[in-house]
Amino acid sequence: MAEKLLEVNDLKVSFFTYAGEVQAVRGVSFHVNKGETLAIVGESGCGKSVTVHSLMRLIPSPPGKIKEGSIIFDGIDIISLSEKQMNEVRGSKMGMIFQDPMTSLNPTMTISQQIMEGIMRHKDVSKKEAFEEAIRILELVEIPNARKRANNYPHQFSGGMRQRVMIAIAIACNPMLLIADEPTTALDVTIQAQIIDLMKAIQKKMNTSIILITHDLGVVADIADRVNVMYAGEIVESGTLNEIFYDPYHPYTWGLLESVPRLDMAEDKPLVPIPGTPPDLLDPPKGCPFADRCKYAMVICKEQHPEMTSCSKTHKVSCWLTHPDAPKVERPLGGMKIE
Amino acid sequence: MNSGKKPLLEVKNLKKYFNVGPRQTLKAIDDISFNIYKGETFGLVGESGCGKSTTGRVITKLYEPTAGSIYYDGKDITELDRKEAQNYTKKVQMIFQDPYASLNPRMTVADIIAEGIDIHKLYRGSDRQARIYELLSMVGLNEEHANRFPHEFSGGQRQRIGIARALAIEPEFIVCDEPISALDVSIQAQVVNLLEELQESLGLTYLFIAHDLSMVKHISDRVAVMYLGAIVELAPSKELYKNALHPYTQALMSAIPIPDPEVEASRKRIFLSGDVPSPINPPEGCKFQGRCQHVMPICREKTPELVDQGDGHFVSCYLYNK
Repeated sequence: MAEKLLEVNDLKVSFFTYAGEVQAVRGVSFHVNKGETLAIVGESGCGKSVTVHSLMRLIPSPPGKIKEGSIIFDGIDIISLSEKQMNEVRGSKMGMIFQDPMTSLNPTMTISQQIMEGIMRHKDVSKKEAFEEAIRILELVEIPNARKRANNYPHQFSGGMRQRVMIAIAIACNPMLLIADEPTTALDVTIQAQIIDLMKAIQKKMNTSIILITHDLGVVADIADRVNVMYAGEIVESGTLNEIFYDPYHPYTWGLLESVPRLDMAEDKPLVPIPGTPPDLLDPPKGCPFADRCKYAMVICKEQHPEMTSCSKTHKVSCWLTHPDAPKVERPLGGMKIE
Repeated sequence: MNSGKKPLLEVKNLKKYFNVGPRQTLKAIDDISFNIYKGETFGLVGESGCGKSTTGRVITKLYEPTAGSIYYDGKDITELDRKEAQNYTKKVQMIFQDPYASLNPRMTVADIIAEGIDIHKLYRGSDRQARIYELLSMVGLNEEHANRFPHEFSGGQRQRIGIARALAIEPEFIVCDEPISALDVSIQAQVVNLLEELQESLGLTYLFIAHDLSMVKHISDRVAVMYLGAIVELAPSKELYKNALHPYTQALMSAIPIPDPEVEASRKRIFLSGDVPSPINPPEGCKFQGRCQHVMPICREKTPELVDQGDGHFVSCYLYNK
């Protein structure tokens, strides 16, 4: 059985603003095994970024606050750590790749300095050794002429190269968990393909676990082992890659899969949009958060929140349609091919 | 396919250079030609910096071209007098990429939509009001939205306001510059379906600019692929996706992940090494030579022409232009 590296239980994160309490993450539970890639998909504002920022305790407080729940990472309770202890975990055991390589590097520091910063913070090495280590990592992320380019500044690099540098910084101390928050969204597709390929190669080499946040289902199909689908601060469905793509149960997952055109389809099907917009998390609905946009919504959906139900050992869904008393619905994408 | 018809828009040997420093010229568009026919959707795809947005901006007269001509309905738009130019801008409108930056935050939705109506003095008083309401309902918003401000709307709704503004003066031709890139997946489909419905009911012609090939394939009749200021391939959209000829198009298409794990697992990717080179002082010859795995000596000497390989499938590559 796979070993769990990270376990998150009933995590709730809120932001306290002038307008009131924005419940960005409303009770999510999931785990990440060693060496696997978990993808978190969902639309902007669904809480996917807040969830992973909480894992590294990067939520600005105030206004943000982890209200409830536990995060157990490699046997350590992350939430109870002091800021000083947390600094030891950040960068060394967990690394993060941010979305925008244009703004997340320090423009006044050379590339090598930015990579060495983490190495010298966490390892007992001299400056020279740290520099050599930085070169080795730059070579690992396939920066050509690494030794020469190490003394360049970020503005001398292209977008794809900067994202490689971001990855180099994140993996500098050989972390057990790599969190990638939309790592390819700001990049062109041909560069995206290079970066995804690089992440796969690094995972293979270092046996790192990856949490990948994205809204691109194509990227998910390419790299993930398991998928969490988030909506309005909750995980509405989670399962293995095949379960989510070929046997999804939640109408929101159906909606996501049906609303994107596919390059490989000979005949064009009309796109099926999801009507409406996500609910306001200042005042989240008491029932299922997707009920207002769901064409299968029943009376109970608006009244009472559905429980997480297991469809298989690895597949969970939070939807009233899975209740034994619910009317049978023809699943548009269900039971396609699954072994 | 379109050989017998007269094009609505004809772009001929268009160039747009920007001076970016002493002896440095940024060649955003370097000699492109294409036709757009009435009622069709013409897709323009490529990566950032390939000149696709500049093309849209030259066509809408936001930029003056450096060389070349653009004929609209047989008339060269670069040689219009003031009155003709105003008439032209009435027929050609644009939908912008960023729905957050392209709406004036200090104007109400009604005034944003009616700005073109006021400039061209099309409607007044209660007619103007009625037209605004009509436009709002056309794009799926309602009357009560008219007096609100842009910040009260979500991204998808803002893009609908941008579409209503473009439609306000009854244009024939709309340049859609990445209209859905800033939107969430579930909202993208809403906006694309709206654009398709409007095209059908109003008989519009679109130039659809985007970097997302799957969406361009979905919406376009014909697609042109741009690389570093040049069109490398142009074909009917199905034909292009079935039978891409140019090595860049092939690489671009293989780089796009498909949302299907089994298909993804069995796909072979063509990786392009390096990045798109800078359009400042680009190399002689084929623009793609530096990253092309089939590069030949001739590619470095002369720019290949865009040649028809049959059925309106044009490609600019020496592998085919023997």
